[in-house]
Amino acid sequence: MTDLTNLTLAEARDGLAKGDYTSVELTEAHLKSMEAHRNLNAYITETPEKAIEMAKASDAKRAKGEAGKMEGLPIAIKDLFCTEGVQTTAASHILEGFKPEYESTVTRNLFDNGAVMLGKANLDEFAMGSSNTSSYYGNVINPWKGKDGKDLVPGGSSGGSAAAVAANMALAATGTDTGGSIRQPASYCGIVGLKPTYGRCSRWGIVAFASSLDQAGPMTKTVRDAAIMLGSMAGHDAKDSTSAPMAVPDFEAALTGDIRGMKIGIPKEYRVDGMPEEISKLWDDGVAMLRYAGAEVVDVSLPHTKYALGTYYIVAPAEASSNLARYDGLRYGQRVMDEGDSLDDMYMKSRAAGFGKEVQRRIMIGTYVLSAGYYDAYYNKALKVRRRIYEDFANAFGSVDTILAPTAPSAAFAIGENEGDPVKMYLNDVFTVPASLAGLPGLSLPTGLSSEGLPLGLQLIGKPFDEETVLRVGGVLESAANFTAKPSGLEG
Amino acid sequence: MTYVIEGSTGPWEIVVGLEVHCQVISESKLFSGASTKFGNDPNTNVSLVDAAMPGMLPVVNAACVRQAVKTGLGLKAKINKESVFARKNYFYADLPQGYQISQFDKPIVGEGTIILDMPDGSTKAVGIERLHLEQDAGKSMHDQDPKYSHIDLNRSGVALMEIVSMPDIRTPEEAGAYLTKLRAIVRYLGTCDGNMNEGSMRCDANVSVRRPGEPFGTRCEIKNVNSIRFVMQAIEIEAKRQVEVIEGGGEIVQETRLYDQRLGETRSMRSKEMAHDYRYFPDPDLLPLVFDDAFISEIEKELPELPDEKKARFMRENGLSAYDAGVLVAEKEKADYYEVVAKGRDGKLAANWVITNLFGALNKAEVGIADSPVSAENLGKLIDLISDDTISGRIAKDVFEIMIETGGDPEKIVEEKGLKQITDTGAIETAIDEVIAANPDKVEEIRAGKDKMLGWFVGQVMKSTGGKANPGMVNKMLRDKILG
Amino acid sequence: MSSLDKETVRRIAYLSRINVSEEGLSELAGDLTRILDFVEELQEVDVEGCDPLTSVADLTLPLRKDEVTDGNIQQKVLSNAPMTDAGCFVVPKVVE
Ligand SMILES: [Mg+2]
Ligand SMILES: [Zn+2]
Repeated sequence: MTDLTNLTLAEARDGLAKGDYTSVELTEAHLKSMEAHRNLNAYITETPEKAIEMAKASDAKRAKGEAGKMEGLPIAIKDLFCTEGVQTTAASHILEGFKPEYESTVTRNLFDNGAVMLGKANLDEFAMGSSNTSSYYGNVINPWKGKDGKDLVPGGSSGGSAAAVAANMALAATGTDTGGSIRQPASYCGIVGLKPTYGRCSRWGIVAFASSLDQAGPMTKTVRDAAIMLGSMAGHDAKDSTSAPMAVPDFEAALTGDIRGMKIGIPKEYRVDGMPEEISKLWDDGVAMLRYAGAEVVDVSLPHTKYALGTYYIVAPAEASSNLARYDGLRYGQRVMDEGDSLDDMYMKSRAAGFGKEVQRRIMIGTYVLSAGYYDAYYNKALKVRRRIYEDFANAFGSVDTILAPTAPSAAFAIGENEGDPVKMYLNDVFTVPASLAGLPGLSLPTGLSSEGLPLGLQLIGKPFDEETVLRVGGVLESAANFTAKPSGLEG
Repeated sequence: MTYVIEGSTGPWEIVVGLEVHCQVISESKLFSGASTKFGNDPNTNVSLVDAAMPGMLPVVNAACVRQAVKTGLGLKAKINKESVFARKNYFYADLPQGYQISQFDKPIVGEGTIILDMPDGSTKAVGIERLHLEQDAGKSMHDQDPKYSHIDLNRSGVALMEIVSMPDIRTPEEAGAYLTKLRAIVRYLGTCDGNMNEGSMRCDANVSVRRPGEPFGTRCEIKNVNSIRFVMQAIEIEAKRQVEVIEGGGEIVQETRLYDQRLGETRSMRSKEMAHDYRYFPDPDLLPLVFDDAFISEIEKELPELPDEKKARFMRENGLSAYDAGVLVAEKEKADYYEVVAKGRDGKLAANWVITNLFGALNKAEVGIADSPVSAENLGKLIDLISDDTISGRIAKDVFEIMIETGGDPEKIVEEKGLKQITDTGAIETAIDEVIAANPDKVEEIRAGKDKMLGWFVGQVMKSTGGKANPGMVNKMLRDKILG
Repeated sequence: MSSLDKETVRRIAYLSRINVSEEGLSELAGDLTRILDFVEELQEVDVEGCDPLTSVADLTLPLRKDEVTDGNIQQKVLSNAPMTDAGCFVVPKVVE
């Protein structure tokens, strides 16, 4: 039998349907792969018993003819999704040992559709980061290696999810994207990542980072897989007041392969000064492929792009400073308390010990920009600029169907690089943040390799709730790019 | 009515604004489906949302929104068709999220007015600045353990309406009248049960003093006073303290204070608010609360007659004085009771019986109107017995006393005790003749012009008939017989 | 341009309820200043007449029915707590 971990989600789905193998076999193969690649540290918590149990139940369900859309497919769950009875940490020390008494809506949807959970994937602490180097549970190592053989970051914050999929340790994984946390690691690990429209997937049960930006999405091997998985994750949820009351389309049906006559926007402001030649070329190649497929390429302007990062690094920390106030050592998670301590002492010690450096920095920046005297200059100003960015996209989408841009300004970098200066790290999100601020769907897919032989991604940004167009164009681009390279770090 | 504090350097005026938290009457909490019931085991009326578990999200309760709008309409206030829930950030043991979801610069209700009914029958308008919706915190209990506090989140997330007055109040009595009236309004509306000692209505008072006519002084906020009487006391005591501080050459620091009713003083709570900065911002888990005119007019249609309108109607239709009408409408139950008694009867007589006799007796017995032993129907019947001359007003008082004791039906009491008025001329004549015969000297005095003595004869006849003779008939017949 | 001093950072750290050592304060002051400098460029954007955008969700706030649908899960509420007693969460004594 061929290695079952090489399958795509769609292939595995079809193979299971045909009876070529069982979910238990598929799951066992992935558990074995997880063991073999433990050095990548992609998972914080592996749940092999639960996986086998779910796989068995799934096989039984299938035997009764009750297979769901994700029936029997083993996946990784970013450890930001609360999973009932399974430790959920958000990669933070402060949540170590926390076992939710509830299942997030997205994981509930996936499991109801038959998906099997292999474990909880590593991430940047509280999803704050672009390199997966801020996890309390250790760095994740990118399965790809550069020419010098150094360990590379997988991107972040969904770095464990991306590495798990790239290294065949899961057929697919859930991710969450606040400023690029699905798309950027997808690009760094050579996989597909889709951040849906804000409101498409319920946020209920996902540890909140920045509530107005957070959105769950699929991280997969192919565009088709992303379409399949999104169909199972998405849907209106009355428990989330920002969840869109919209029907979930058949995303897979959108993959017609035909984009003739579609208008693809190229935002000139994304061609930033100092853009590496290979990124420029990647983008130009993408444009050429879409044009060849019959699309019309149109220049568009998103004049406030330059301000997106600054806006993001005010809005997201502000919301986070408030969202993370509940981690106070009182009702769950870690508590640090010494004899004679006051309540304030307990708060301050628990939070100092429980949160890592980057999280502390963001909480404090967020506290500062909301504080008396600074609210208008920082937070409120950022919200106004956010509207300008939102309007830029609305204007652009008056004349195009989707926008094509690079996902990230570079390929994966070495672990340790970009540390020490928080701002330098923030620049990794420069191309992903604008769509996040505007709440738009964004799909990253690998279309080429860097000079170092590392994957590079392009992203397609769509109109609100038009994931279908993004997937359709993405499917065409995927075929044209024919990205078949495999992670170089898995040999031996 | 002017109220001043006579300081050693001259008179001071007090300026008071009240912030009242009213617990909204609803089945479930403002942002979760847990029950609002009081007195259950700790942490049982708590959902994962109320406990602020990671990833939990708020969903607004429609009924709480309606209650807030209804209250706003009752306060004749501007209803804001778009309002925003904002987070008020601070750490406290009974605040699980680390923030309270409240409303800040865009409350659901804007400016309105409350008309105070003062004890002397006068009225005064006090402005309402705003009403906003917010969630309650949980409860910290400090007396269970010497080293630890216990936290119960049953109240966490229960809907509150915070109603903020303008600084229009100038005397402790006005503060009392304001709270009495506000409580009456929310109870009429059914939006809050107004129970201050159970905490469903809580009051913070902002107090400052100034020389009459001068700009406002620095204010102090007295937190969480739990009865109307204590609010009045606290204001007086705090104002006096401020005068003393200023006259002693000191300065008032804006701060939060606590009223200690046992010691009769206010105390600084400064320790608690060290470095507060609430960092309000729109709650990104919620969207702006928007409704249209149709929604408002639908609620408008459900509005009951409110105290002010009822008072005006009692004055207009029943001829009551402002004072009597004010007393009757102060509680909806009282007004309802009165209306049953007055229906088809003399409104003023009914008011008199309800206010003087019934309320007097209830006060003495420390019983509320809801537990009155005398039903409104029975009190009405009693008035009928007087009106149709079945009994005299004096007998009626005796009957009423029996009714208070036994809760009985006045008709039966009159029947059983044989209290029916004697209207039989023969029987009255016999009694009169006996009294005249026994007092020939007094008859002479009357005939000599001492008219007043006639009253003495009436009394004697009433006495000899056990009070049952019709006093009017006795009077007329005596007059005829003696002065004939 | 905007440089945070140690005292400001101390205050922010307290508002955030995060214990920071003296050396930590200086380091944070540097980091936070660096971040603030970075976001400073927003000041040049003309936002005249522009409403702040608080949510991209193009919806009005959904309202739920007033029904008791939750609660009575004391065990679940308390199951992750570091310290409980008599159905309550327990914290160091709060002095009022
Ligand atoms: Mg207040
Ligand atoms: Zn309040």
